[in-house]
Formats: sequence, C-alpha cells, structure tokens
Amino acid sequence: MATAEVRKELFGHAEQTNYLTHSRGFWSWALTLDHKRIGIMYLIGVCAALIIAGVFALWLRTHLFFANGAMAGEQWGILQVNNARYNQLFTLHGAIMVFSFIIPSVPAALGNFVLPMMLGAKDVAFPRLNLASFYLWIIGTGLLCAALASTGLDTGWTFYTPYSIRTTTSVLFATFGAFVLGFSSIFTGINFLVTVNTMRPKGMGWFDMPLFLWALYSTAIIQILATPVLGITLLMLIAERLMGIGIFDPKLGGDPVLFQHFFWFYSHPAVYIMILPAMGVISELISVYSHKKIFGYTFIAFSSVAIALLGFIVWGHHMFTSGQSQVMSLIFSAITFSVAIPSAVKVFNWLATLYKGSILLLTPMCYALSFIFLFGIGGLTGLFLGALSTDIHLHDTYFVVAHFHYVMVGGTLTALLGGLFHWWPKMFGRMYNDFLGRIGCFLVFMGFNLTFFPQFIMGSRGMPRRYATYDPEFEVFHQWSTVGAFVLGIGIVLSFVVLVYAALYGRKVSGNPFGAASLEWQSSSPPSFHNFDHKPIMHDPYDFDALVYDETLDSFVLREFTDPKQVPERHPVSH
Amino acid sequence: MTSRLFDLMLAQVVDLPEAEKHADGAHYFFPEQASEFAGRIDNLYMAIFWISTVFFAVIVGLMCYFVVKYRRQPGVRPLPSSSHNTTIEILWSVLPSIILVWIFYEGAAGFFAMRIIPEGAEEIQVEASQFAWTFTYPNGDTTDSLHLVQNRPVKLILRSRDFLHSFYVAAFRQKMDVVPGRYTTAYIVPTRVGKYRVACTEYCGDGHSIMRTYCQVHETAEARLKNTEWKKELHPPSINGQRIFKIYCAGCHNLNGTASTGPALNLIWGKNEDFTDGGSTLVDENYIRDSIYDPNKQIVKGYEPKMPTFKGKLTDKDIDHLIAFIKLKDGMATLTEATAADKPEGATPPASAPAPTTNPPAALPETKTGDADGK
Repeated sequence: MATAEVRKELFGHAEQTNYLTHSRGFWSWALTLDHKRIGIMYLIGVCAALIIAGVFALWLRTHLFFANGAMAGEQWGILQVNNARYNQLFTLHGAIMVFSFIIPSVPAALGNFVLPMMLGAKDVAFPRLNLASFYLWIIGTGLLCAALASTGLDTGWTFYTPYSIRTTTSVLFATFGAFVLGFSSIFTGINFLVTVNTMRPKGMGWFDMPLFLWALYSTAIIQILATPVLGITLLMLIAERLMGIGIFDPKLGGDPVLFQHFFWFYSHPAVYIMILPAMGVISELISVYSHKKIFGYTFIAFSSVAIALLGFIVWGHHMFTSGQSQVMSLIFSAITFSVAIPSAVKVFNWLATLYKGSILLLTPMCYALSFIFLFGIGGLTGLFLGALSTDIHLHDTYFVVAHFHYVMVGGTLTALLGGLFHWWPKMFGRMYNDFLGRIGCFLVFMGFNLTFFPQFIMGSRGMPRRYATYDPEFEVFHQWSTVGAFVLGIGIVLSFVVLVYAALYGRKVSGNPFGAASLEWQSSSPPSFHNFDHKPIMHDPYDFDALVYDETLDSFVLREFTDPKQVPERHPVSH
Repeated sequence: MTSRLFDLMLAQVVDLPEAEKHADGAHYFFPEQASEFAGRIDNLYMAIFWISTVFFAVIVGLMCYFVVKYRRQPGVRPLPSSSHNTTIEILWSVLPSIILVWIFYEGAAGFFAMRIIPEGAEEIQVEASQFAWTFTYPNGDTTDSLHLVQNRPVKLILRSRDFLHSFYVAAFRQKMDVVPGRYTTAYIVPTRVGKYRVACTEYCGDGHSIMRTYCQVHETAEARLKNTEWKKELHPPSINGQRIFKIYCAGCHNLNGTASTGPALNLIWGKNEDFTDGGSTLVDENYIRDSIYDPNKQIVKGYEPKMPTFKGKLTDKDIDHLIAFIKLKDGMATLTEATAADKPEGATPPASAPAPTTNPPAALPETKTGDADGK
C-alpha cells in the first residue's frame, strides 16, 4: 500500500537519498551550504583538535609522573621534555583545547546539526556565513598549528603580558590564530541568534522551544558581545609586540594588569560559552531518557540567560592576587557568588525531572548522569575560589586546575559525548553498540575522576600550577593523576571507536528510536537533504505522551500518525 | 641563561630536602598553619568543604535513588508527576543564597585581615626576577631566602625586575603577584618556627618551576642575626637615597618643610595629596615611583608641572632607596651615617632605640637583628 511506503519513508530509516548521499565528491562537502554537513565537518575538526591537544596532555602528564620529570632523560629522544618543552606542552594543550575544541565543540558541531532541525527549519539563517565560520575555524586552527610547527608557544593560553611581549616563541601566529577563531565563533553566534529569532515556525513561541535552543541562544549572546573584546585585546598585543605601542609593556609605561582585565573580560564569559550549551544538551538528555517533561522549564530557560548576563561582570575573580584594588576584589567576589544560584537551579531541576520518571540508562543518559556528578563537584569547588580569603591560598595552584577541568572536561566534554551518542543515530541513521558505549562512558568517568580529584588535594596542600618539576611530597598524587589521564584517554578513544564503527556498520535505525519529542526526530534517519519530507507537526518538545511506539516502523511516531490515513503530505520541495 | 638555570637547579637540589615536608601533625588537606590568619582560612575552607559535601551527597544520593527507583520497566507506566512547582523552585533558589552570603562574608573578612597592614610592621623589600628572589631588609642587607622572626609582623614590598611573578608561601596561606612597574604588598605574621616553601605561582618563563626558595622563621631576632647568611650592603638604603636626593632632587625639593619649585619632601609621606585635576592620593611607594617616572600625570595643587621624568636616569633600586629616605620624614634633614644605623628605615622607630635594631613593633621585645653588620 502506498501510504505504508510513505510512512516508512517519512519516519523510518532513509533508504533513498539523504544528506550524506545527496551528492558526492570532495567539493560537494567543501562548498556545501548544508548545516548538517557543516556540522559534521566541524565535528571532525574539533575531534581532531581534541586528539592533538589530548596527546599533549598525556605527554606532559607522563613527564609529571616523577617529581624531577619522568621524561627529562636523553633516552626519550624527540619525546624528551625539559622545562622549556614542558611550558610549550601545557600552553599548546590549553590553547588548542580552549580555542579550537571546547568553544566550538557543542555549539558549532552539535548545534549546527541540531538547531535548525529543532526549529523545523531547512537551514540556518545565513548558510554562507556558516560555511565561512567553518573555514575561519580551519585557518585559525591552522595558525595555532603553525605556531606549534615554528618556534612553538610558551606563554600559557592566557598570553599574559609582559612575558608574551618578550618571549621569542611564535606569539604572533598563535594570537592571530585565536583572533581568527574568535571571528569563527562570532559568525556562529550571529547565525544562531538570527535563526532562533526569525525562523521559529508558526506556533513555536519562545517558551515552546527545546531548552537546548535557549542555551545556544544565550551562548550566542555571549559570543557576539564578548568575543570582539578578545579580538581587540589580541590585536593590541600584536601591536605591542610589533610596534611597541606601550599599552601593556611596563618598560614603556604600560600596565600589564590591564591586559589581564581585557583578557578575562572575554575569557570569563567564554567559560559560559563552553558550559551553557553543555547544560542545554543535558536538559534534553535528562528529559528524553526519563521520558518526562523537564521540570521547571521556565527556571532553566531563564537561568541560562541569567548565567550569560551575570557572566559578564565577574571577570575580576581571576585577579584577586593581581594587585587590583581590594574594593574591586570584594565586588567581584560578591557577584561571583550570584552566578552560583542559576547553576544550582539547573541541577535541582534535572534532579526533579528524574523524580517519578521512567529512566532508561542508555549511553547518553549515563553521560548525562555523570555530567551531574562531575559538574556538581566542579561547581561546588567554585565556592572555595569565589571566597576571597581561601582563593588567595588556592589561586594558581592545582586546585584551580582541577576545578576548571571538572567544569570544562567533566562538564563540556561529557555533554558533548552524551550529545553525540544521543544524536548519532539521527546523524548517520545507524545505532551504536550500547554496551560498549556505556563501558566507554564508565572509563571516561573513572579516568576523569582519577586524574583530577587528586589535584584538589595537591592544590590545597600548595602545589603551584605550570610546574615542570615539583616537590617530592606531591609525587604520589601526580602518579594517580597520570594513571587516570591514560584511563580517560582510553575511554575517549573507545567511545570514538564505538561511534565511528556504528556510523559505518551499525544496525540501521528509524526516525525516532529514543522516543524524543523535539522536532528533529520527526525526520527520517539520517535526515534528507531538506531535513523534513513533510511539514513537521508543532507540539510541546517535552510532551512524550504525544508519541507512541510503532512496531512496523520500529520508531516512535506522533499518536495521530499511527493511523495510516493521517500521514501527512510529503513536503513539496522534497522530490 | 642556561648555566644560570643549571646553577639554580643545583641550588634547589641542595635546598629543598631541608624544607618542611607535609608535617605529620598537619591537616590532610593543608600544609602546616604557620601564620596568624592560616587558621581562619582553613576553617572557612573546611566549612565550605562540609557544606559542599552535604549538598553533593544529597544531589548524588537522590540521583542514584531515582535512577534505581524509577528505572524503566516493561509494562510499568510512569506515575504522573508535576513538571513545575513555583514554591519549591523559589525555595531552592533562595535558601542556598543565604549560605552563599555567609561564605562571601567570611571570605571577605578573612581577606581584609590578610591585606590591611598595620603600622609598625617590619618592612622587607622583595625583588623577583627570572628565576630568583632577593630579599632586602631595612638595614640594606640582602638574602636569597626569606628570614623572619616568630610573631613579628612583616610587610613585604614586592617589585619585579622583568615579568609577572607571584610570591606564595603555602604555610602562610599568603600569595601576592609581583607586577613589573609597580609595588605590591603582602602581610605576614609568622607564628611557627620552621622552614617553609616559597614558590613563584605566576608563570614567568622557562625556569618558572625552579623559582623556589624557602622561608625560615627564627625564634628570636638574635637567632635570625646569627643563623642567616647575609649579603652585606655598605650603606643602608636611606643613606643611598640621601645621596641620590642630593644629586637629582635637592635643586627643587627642600627638606625643611618649605615649598620650593616642588613640595618639601619631608612632609609628604603618608599624607593625602590633592591634585590640580581634583583627585587626591595617599602618598605611598607607588605614588612616589609614579611621580618620579611620570611626574606630569598629576600635579599637586599649588605647583606648576615643571618636573622632568627620571625614567632611564634612576633605576628601580634607586627608587627603592629614595623611598627609604623619604619615609624618614623629619629625620631626612639630619640623616648621617651614624643616625642611619640608629634609625633604620621603615616606620618611625622609637626615638630611644639602642643602636642596632630593625624597627621592632612597639608590642614586641626589642631585639638585635641583621643590621649589626654595619658595625
């Protein structure tokens, strides 16, 4: 019967053409304007950056296995680490992770794929800008790698003056790379902002959007308002190096602390560029796998906006020991505590969503739960650093290192992996091995805690960060940490293997295997080039009762579509 | 540079094993408490620790309980439940805020106790440079490790010769960045005799991780005098400052309280100066440094912008010496080699002080210290 075939085509696995097979060849990808393909290219790119920067991390952690440097000996050949090499390793680890991986990871990779589909739209508002953003990412990351290939970079990812003015390493390459990456980020932000503002379909008000969109929207605000300040700062640093304009250089009457203000005016909001989209992903996962409407939708939505706005006025808490005035430190400390509230609200709401849910522990849910655990620790340890007197002791020790890794890796990387496992069947139309996926999640979780929990203790005992060699009393903690780093690395590699294998050889899946209610799941898997073969039916993105499982399709479909007669018309542009 | 690095590494190998290990009696989380405010900071740390632990246990406990209790079972339909409850949402936003206000208050109070430096603390100049520390005591003698006297309050005046550094003694829970182009200060009251680690905690280049030394807290000033390896200085800083004053400053600045082309220098220290642009500033180390290097930035009321910059003529060290001289206030006019030994710089010492003292605060017994060198 024809209707049955149409049903299958609309809600099942896309047997005919989809966005992956729609056209072939290098240029069909390199010049594509399709947000899904751009999202996939971004995904490949940021994962490559993750691997490069991750290798640096393992390299330096291996060196830290012994107090006097485990890799200091001649026998390590080109892997040998001396103090100068160590400084380059942590700098490039940080710079590549922050600028090329974490900041674009969830928004540009997952967001690009999911955001237009969640709106039931065909593409983002500015597809060409979207592609341009990706090429800027390539150029920026290329420049960072060029710094690596020439004389390296040893300023720390923060580029603090006056060291960054005087060092002989490739500060120009690296800062220009970060400058270009900033534009890439701004382009993505503008695109998302305009898309959400103008392309919401009829019937979808602001409070009918999935929370992931609220998170991306808040992120876009920060990207657009804060990133230009980074751009200006980096340009001034370049001018300082090339022309000696004397803004930051104390030898010319400049003020090195001014650079710190400029830098953190961007880089603190950037922390929220990293964590807000992750929180958005988690809101989706918790709700879908609890099969229950998210608890306190409005509070979660507004907490994203609150975090985005408050995040602009707390930058001074990075500078309590910098010599800034004590009154300023006092004010920044007070505002910092106010950011804790909206973050806590989100965690409480996720918990309440679990309550009386119907919880299915698939791989994405395992990542979501481990996010709550890790972000809980990352957030709570922020209290030690927001309080002035304890921060004086803990500032620039391993306590800080552990804290921000709990937020950025335990938070953002965990959410990225969770989101990938959640949307992977949509992206490639194939299912992963859930058992191996959960093993990967477990390894990531255990390895992560083993790596970073001992660093809290080291830090409060007074181990300074950015040290290539250290006092022997810290050795045992460093050894735990190094072992943990390798477990974490194995977990991430295993997860990637599971995903890639699934994309190539996994079992074919239908349009909506997990019973999620947001619009992107109304397409076939993988989606067709035009995203939807029929006009998506607007309904509450968290109303899971509107869906029923259809055995003939092996998919969840809207209740009304279980009757073949009600199957919607094919989208006119589709075929 | 390389050979210097190597020397420093050797020095470190010799030095560090002597430094205190994580002492047996110390708390698991912290090094020993060796300063007056360390206890207060540790208490706040532990308070936050327990508050966080309770919150975390509740969150993760509930999470695990819900995951088990409400796991998806075939044929079991989930119970209906609300997706929104304003009362409870407002409650769990407001209640934690109250705890946060307390943490903020206690953190700020502890911070001001560490940052507001009382009059009369012994002043030690700290110069940081790649990758070493130099400590200059009031009589001009220097050491490359820090030597303090138990229970004697110390004001460290920090200055960098090149890049950013940060002065950190974990046992004192005190940390302050050392910023090129300005002075920063740190306050310590060491309460325990012992040897503690000093580390640089602001990244400063290749040898950042070997920019370590130690701080020895001596029981008495005599013990410090006897057991420290001093690098002797020929003259106390104020005498050097007086010489610089005579060469560069005396043409326009008097020491007798009368104005000349510029203000009389014996009156300015510790005073609030009003400027022609309406602002005013307390005269401290940073003000004097700025006025010498960039004199026309702000002009004191009643004077003309006539002073040239001395940037390039006077070094950071010269400025330190001038400041030591200016701090003598009325003692500036009568300073001689002999009185300099009597009146080491820093806060005004008691007039009747016997010859070699290092500015003991009034409450503490007067003791002989490192300036006996001058004899």
